[in-house]
Amino acid sequence: MPKHRLERCGLTVTGACVALVTVLVVTLIVMVASHGLATFANDGIAVGDFLLGTTWNPHQADANGNPTVGALPMICGSFAVTILSTVIALPIAIGSAIFVVEVAPGFGRRVFQPLIELLVGIPSVVYGLIGLSVVVAWTRSWSGSTGYGILSASIVLAVMVLPTVTSLSIDALASVPHEYREGSYALGCTRWQTIWNVVLRSATPSLMTATILGMTRAFGESLAVQMVIGNSAQIPGSLLTPASTLTSVLTMGMGNEAMGTVYNDVLWSLALLLMAMSLVFILIIHLIGGRGAVRHG
Amino acid sequence: MADVTSVPSQAVRAARHARRIAAQDRFATGVLTAIVGLVLAVLVAIVGYILVNGAGKLFDVSFLTSKPEQFRAGGGIGPELFNSFYLLVLTLVISVPVSLGAAVFLAEYAPDNAATTVAKTAIETLSSLPSIVVGLFGFLFFVLQCGWGFSILSGSLALTMFNIPILVRTIQQALEAVPRTQRDAGLALGLTKWETTIHVLLPAAMPAIVTGVVLSAGRVFGEAAALIYTAGQSAPALDFLNFDLTSASCPWNVFRPAETLAVHIWKINSEGVVPDLEAVSNGTAAVLMVCILAFNLLARWAGKAIARRLTAE
Repeated sequence: MPKHRLERCGLTVTGACVALVTVLVVTLIVMVASHGLATFANDGIAVGDFLLGTTWNPHQADANGNPTVGALPMICGSFAVTILSTVIALPIAIGSAIFVVEVAPGFGRRVFQPLIELLVGIPSVVYGLIGLSVVVAWTRSWSGSTGYGILSASIVLAVMVLPTVTSLSIDALASVPHEYREGSYALGCTRWQTIWNVVLRSATPSLMTATILGMTRAFGESLAVQMVIGNSAQIPGSLLTPASTLTSVLTMGMGNEAMGTVYNDVLWSLALLLMAMSLVFILIIHLIGGRGAVRHG
Repeated sequence: MADVTSVPSQAVRAARHARRIAAQDRFATGVLTAIVGLVLAVLVAIVGYILVNGAGKLFDVSFLTSKPEQFRAGGGIGPELFNSFYLLVLTLVISVPVSLGAAVFLAEYAPDNAATTVAKTAIETLSSLPSIVVGLFGFLFFVLQCGWGFSILSGSLALTMFNIPILVRTIQQALEAVPRTQRDAGLALGLTKWETTIHVLLPAAMPAIVTGVVLSAGRVFGEAAALIYTAGQSAPALDFLNFDLTSASCPWNVFRPAETLAVHIWKINSEGVVPDLEAVSNGTAAVLMVCILAFNLLARWAGKAIARRLTAE
């Protein structure tokens, strides 16, 4: 085959792969969105009732004869587990990242990072199973509640997002130029002063990206959360009462309802909400990246 | 006189400050070490817990080969074990070539224009979508629209979508890590861009690519959320002597529903009707864990082996 044809051929084939993936993603977004919007377009449910309604009971009609499909309990549940798990995981993740980058780089590269990679690979159902038999039992033992709830779900999620946030934080700290540290040491700073005032400060945008990516993972995790949160669609009154998230309701409900019923449409609206949130998370990451780039010239 | 008194007090203050920041430094190092110790302890506890609790079932051949039971104790995971590997192989067969192509395009060819930005954003979006959303799209598109039902084909296509962004990113990074001089040398010898990519860049990036593919295989193997509404939650008994590709008991039939190990754990726990629930789910988790450990070791070993062969020649 002549060279220019081979070249054209390679370009076409690889370009087609990219185009295929792009088309699939666009199809995904369009299909999920069109099903999710059907609730509001066809079933006559107001967007406000859906987003702000506090009662989730799609099989029962409300005062106006519409099904009661308030998604606020699930929205609250999703945000609560995401934020709480991040709060638990973040100090541990950044702390261990600092240790392996600044204190013991050899140990970090040879031992810690491979182990963290292993932790990333553990399937979410296995985390769910451990959550069910260890975390829920532990919470039950001291709280007097059933043990299912936001606290248990957050602990499980914190362990799940920990490896993601840790390895991204390691990358973030490792990419801080070495000269910055040397400059700080030359001024007589201790290692901790260098870490605190120089390394962490200049890695802040990347550390924020790592955090948001961890939150994205926590927000979208479904099976492990569904196994330990108790699955009760009420506004969570405390961290120890059973609650539910967008993902847990989707996981449980989608199989039980026929396509085209109002209940099913509303479940697709929840999926749309979930998708929209992960798009928002990406947007935030881009904004952080853009701002970091501007600040560093 | 003021000088005489202030000089020692300044020195004392400086010494005190030095002692304080040194103590602060030691304290911080201690806390950091404790955090890393905690993380390692959690990791060991998780892996140990799963392996120890499932150890009884892990070496039980009848558990590994017999079919699951719904209402009786003593069910096995034979079909699930086979389904997990079959789905994994199909997924890799579809996703590796597509990802390789996409990564080569993005790393070597992509012009700096709006279309490239859209494609990059699309892949990034796919990587951050929750796997349940990918699964629901698979349900909508492959299961209902294409009419393939709950099947291995639908499941592996959903897993492909889950796997592509991970693979594209690893392969692209591997290609971009090849030194610029290698590209220049290829082009200077009169090779076209495509020939340089095939004969120079891909071999050089191969160790990292293989490690990435095997690690992603581990993630695919344990994925459940994308599968419960695509590959289904039932595992018909398999007959390995049946080669009728339309029969539900033919293992190779891609249109039969296929529950995997991970889905099995989730399903029996959410239904909760199997009498020996704990033993079966712990055993299944242990099998899953051993496979994931094997993928991790294999990824490391394969990457190193290929790198050694390439550099020795």
